[in-house]
Amino acid sequence: MLTLLIFFPLIAALFTAASGKQAGRIAFIFAVIELIVSIAMVIQFIPSGGFQFSQNISWISSLGIRYNVGLDGISILLVLLTTFLVPVILLSSFNREYKNPALFYSLILVMQFALIGVFSALDGFLFYVFWELALIPIYLICLIWGGQDRFRITLKFFIYTLFGSLLMLVALIWLWFQTPGTHTFDLATFYSLNLSSSQQGWVFWALFLAFAIKMPIFPFHTWQPDTYVDSPTPGTMLLSGIMLKMGIYGVLRWLLPIVPHGVDAWGLTVIVLSVTGIVYASLIAMAQKDFKRLIAYSSIAHVGLISAGVFSLTHQGIQGGVIQMISHGIVVVGLFFIAEIINTRMETRDMSKLGGIRNHAIQFSTFFFIFLLASVALPLTSGFVGEFLLINGIFQYDPIIAGIAGLTIILGAVYMFRAFQKISLGESNNHTIKFTDLNTREKSVLIPLVIMILWIGIYPNIILNIAGPSVEALQKAILHTSEATMIK
Amino acid sequence: MLQTAWLILVFPLIGFLLISIGKTFLKNSSAGILASLTILASFIYSVLVFFELPETGTTLHLFNWIHSGNLSIPFSILIDRISIIMLLIITGVGFLIHVYSIGYMKGDDGYPRFFSYLNLFVFFMLLLVLGADYIVLFAGWEGVGLCSYLLIGFWFKNNSYNNAANKAFIMNRIGDLGFLLGVILIYVTFGSTSFSVVFNSATSFSNNDNIIVAITILLFIGAMGKSAQIPLYTWLPDAMAGPTPVSALIHAATMVTAGVYMVVRSNILYSLAPSTLHFIAIIGTATAVFAAVIAMAQTDIKKVLAYSTVSQLGYMFVALGAGAYSTALFHVTTHAFFKALLFLAAGSVIHAMSGEQNIGRMGGLRKKLPVTFMVFLIGTIAISGLPPFAGFFSKDEILSKVWIQYPILFVILSITSVMTAIYMFRVLFLTFYGNFRGTHEQEHHLHESPRVMTVPLMFLAVLSVIGGFLGLPPITGAVHLFDNYLHSYVSFPSSLIETGATHLFEWSLIIVSIIVLTLCIIYTYRRYAVKQILIPEQESQQTGLVRMANNKFYIDELYEWIIVKPLSAMGNFFYKIIDIKLIDGLVNSVSKGLTASSGVLRLIQSGYIGFYIFAMVFGIIAILLFNLILK
Repeated sequence: MLTLLIFFPLIAALFTAASGKQAGRIAFIFAVIELIVSIAMVIQFIPSGGFQFSQNISWISSLGIRYNVGLDGISILLVLLTTFLVPVILLSSFNREYKNPALFYSLILVMQFALIGVFSALDGFLFYVFWELALIPIYLICLIWGGQDRFRITLKFFIYTLFGSLLMLVALIWLWFQTPGTHTFDLATFYSLNLSSSQQGWVFWALFLAFAIKMPIFPFHTWQPDTYVDSPTPGTMLLSGIMLKMGIYGVLRWLLPIVPHGVDAWGLTVIVLSVTGIVYASLIAMAQKDFKRLIAYSSIAHVGLISAGVFSLTHQGIQGGVIQMISHGIVVVGLFFIAEIINTRMETRDMSKLGGIRNHAIQFSTFFFIFLLASVALPLTSGFVGEFLLINGIFQYDPIIAGIAGLTIILGAVYMFRAFQKISLGESNNHTIKFTDLNTREKSVLIPLVIMILWIGIYPNIILNIAGPSVEALQKAILHTSEATMIK
Repeated sequence: MLQTAWLILVFPLIGFLLISIGKTFLKNSSAGILASLTILASFIYSVLVFFELPETGTTLHLFNWIHSGNLSIPFSILIDRISIIMLLIITGVGFLIHVYSIGYMKGDDGYPRFFSYLNLFVFFMLLLVLGADYIVLFAGWEGVGLCSYLLIGFWFKNNSYNNAANKAFIMNRIGDLGFLLGVILIYVTFGSTSFSVVFNSATSFSNNDNIIVAITILLFIGAMGKSAQIPLYTWLPDAMAGPTPVSALIHAATMVTAGVYMVVRSNILYSLAPSTLHFIAIIGTATAVFAAVIAMAQTDIKKVLAYSTVSQLGYMFVALGAGAYSTALFHVTTHAFFKALLFLAAGSVIHAMSGEQNIGRMGGLRKKLPVTFMVFLIGTIAISGLPPFAGFFSKDEILSKVWIQYPILFVILSITSVMTAIYMFRVLFLTFYGNFRGTHEQEHHLHESPRVMTVPLMFLAVLSVIGGFLGLPPITGAVHLFDNYLHSYVSFPSSLIETGATHLFEWSLIIVSIIVLTLCIIYTYRRYAVKQILIPEQESQQTGLVRMANNKFYIDELYEWIIVKPLSAMGNFFYKIIDIKLIDGLVNSVSKGLTASSGVLRLIQSGYIGFYIFAMVFGIIAILLFNLILK
């Protein structure tokens, strides 16, 4: 069933590629089917049951590479995030005409295929393949449909991520050589390798850099704002809503339990970098005029908090990280859609040229405001559950660092409320007086997102309970590897 | 009744939802009536619950909210004697203010929106006082902050109002960070954030235990933001940008007292931390006197009341600092009556003056606005602390409690209460006595407010007169109803010295304060009612101290220079220098260097590599599929 879920988008992509002008609708229908299938799987999922829907067959047997997939409570939520956001992103893209739609929409589906693969893979090589595969469609989307500066920016994006990926590949191959017998890329075997502390140190950095660039963590982030701003909005949504979660997921699945001593040695460094990134990116967000760039920097700040929480290795930190990945995915897609609506109507994203939109578009402003509240983590929105658990986890690691990380609740409010004021409040100008309120299609994009924000904010236990046992298992795996190598 | 007490919380929420969904077809007045009815329903329910409530209170578990590892936060509400007092104040005063608003907001474009926000505010405020867990309390705490933001910036076309709203939200958030860290420390220490667990296990800690001190200080930082104490008070005067009923409800009677409520609620923790109590007493006193000085030199009627609110909140915190928790709550109650009254009466004046708020341009209004004048007079007497009006009892009680703990603070607060009488009677005399100093047009439009506004004023006036009898001082020999009602919930901290003030002291306090206040009133009457001495509008004509106080001692400017500007300069520096020049410059030069020297990377620039990887990956997938089919 999982294999079907992974490959269905690829098949859908082929159909879409062949379908000409109706590509968008066809892709959307496929994505909805995919969503329904994934929901059915979530319903069948047993939180305490470990990896489920598994399939494990030999692929390149001479190298011990296997097609090994399965979902636990953490990955199934990320798969669900992917299958939920892709149709929303597709629907949102109908606001604009894209040249060569067949290619555009089939690339989005290829992307979905690769992302689900990343979250499902339990074999190192398979993971790497999906990881790289996810890069290609987004690279092409940015390159073909991006803004004026797209060549320079996609090159930078490409070099950054390629650099990270190569390090990861080296680390994975090295790990492969350490495995006993005929060698394997199997995740469970990687967990049980007895690596010395110094070995763990360099493997840690090789893997961490790959993940850190993807998230991105300060100071490996400078590809991100440019790429987010210059990509077509569906591309930005894919990048920020789902793709950056690959980095965090990579940390959870492929870093922490494999090299716990590396984490012991370098965890503080990572947390300090992450927390620095929170303050740094928030202050930069305050200085932005371009709304899309502001969201891009705010995203760096939010991811910094997730990363710090995850590296605290506490239950609340990791679980907060999981729920915040979902919340952030939903909220950031909503905000980028708000930016896109402004951009298509006003032909500008410069906030100093906007203002008073609320006078003519109450619904638009209301939706915008709800996303803003979730972004600043107001209780009873999804953002609060995540941020509270994350700060809680970091606090257990170190109270002072938690205090600095917590500055996000102040600084986030500063730049988001200021942006809202500049865009929506005040008197309208000649430009914004023509702003029309939301149409039905736009509302049908925004309403599901808002429902999710409130649902997770008011009753997060459904999600927390799915992730809970897996988080515990993950903590146990970390502890186990760590103790095993201690004895050595 | 008790088992369904959560309905108290639900009524205003229903009101909010109905009005916000139906605002396009709800007629204006019906939105106001609907909103008022939901609050009335909550009030009636609260009264019924009040009579049924067992002494130990009751906890209702609604649903499990957040569960993560060993952290479990149920969404529960706690109704006990502390929360029922707050419930009655919020819904009772809240209902009167809703009714008043039906008249006050008439003709405003955003009429239904106003009432939907007001209902939402009441919902969150009730959640704040009903939450049986620090995190549920925090949800209400942040929620009222949101509504405060929405209502300060209610007239959102005006950007200076929007700035005030932003300022309020952000300053509150500074406090909220402290509060949140305090709650997390509570969780880390006690393994739970629910009141019952925390307070039960707190008793095993010794006095001034470092962790308890840290918790109480962090929670108090939250209170500083919400209840506008130094240094986080500057948002409250600016919050007067909102419609006047909002100032009365949120920024005087209810929300700003949330900090006091929170400390009373956590009194078991605070009693274990005498150092925190001393700190609170000092902050409270400093706030009380500083705000009173500023209030003396303000010309905007709402600004005077705003600074007076800051000052009165200071008094409440001093009471907390002296360990007199029920006294603080008593002052919360009487203050809710007379300050709501004063604000609404001021609103009635502003209404009559066609929006004018400068008392320098008023004068002689008592003949044109007889009801407003009477109630404003009652409010002024009540806040000044003249017997037997409400403020007298609660303020004298605070002073006598402070006298025992902190004699120096007692002296400062006594002087402050004299200043309170002076600035309040100054407003009264400048507004209602002397000659009219406004324009002819304003004079022509002067009128008493409609019944829908004056009747709530009369109710509040009655409460301001009799409210003090809830807490008669010991010398009268009567039962102190308030203390008596709360005595099993709040106990005097064993860490502080407990001795009752002597009867001699109490008598002399009463007699001296009556004499001094009478002299003050005579003095202010001659100065402001007869001579009508105004603060010059031109800054150059103001003398030193007046100019300083009139400009609020330039605290806003100070914050601007030491916090806001450096932060935005840093943001620009990080963006333009570090991000673009340094990090990006480094990345670009590396890639340029490589391109120049290596042929491999040249491929990337010509775009082939994408194709190359594309081919590679598709190859791999082909192998995979091939394998799968073979199996």
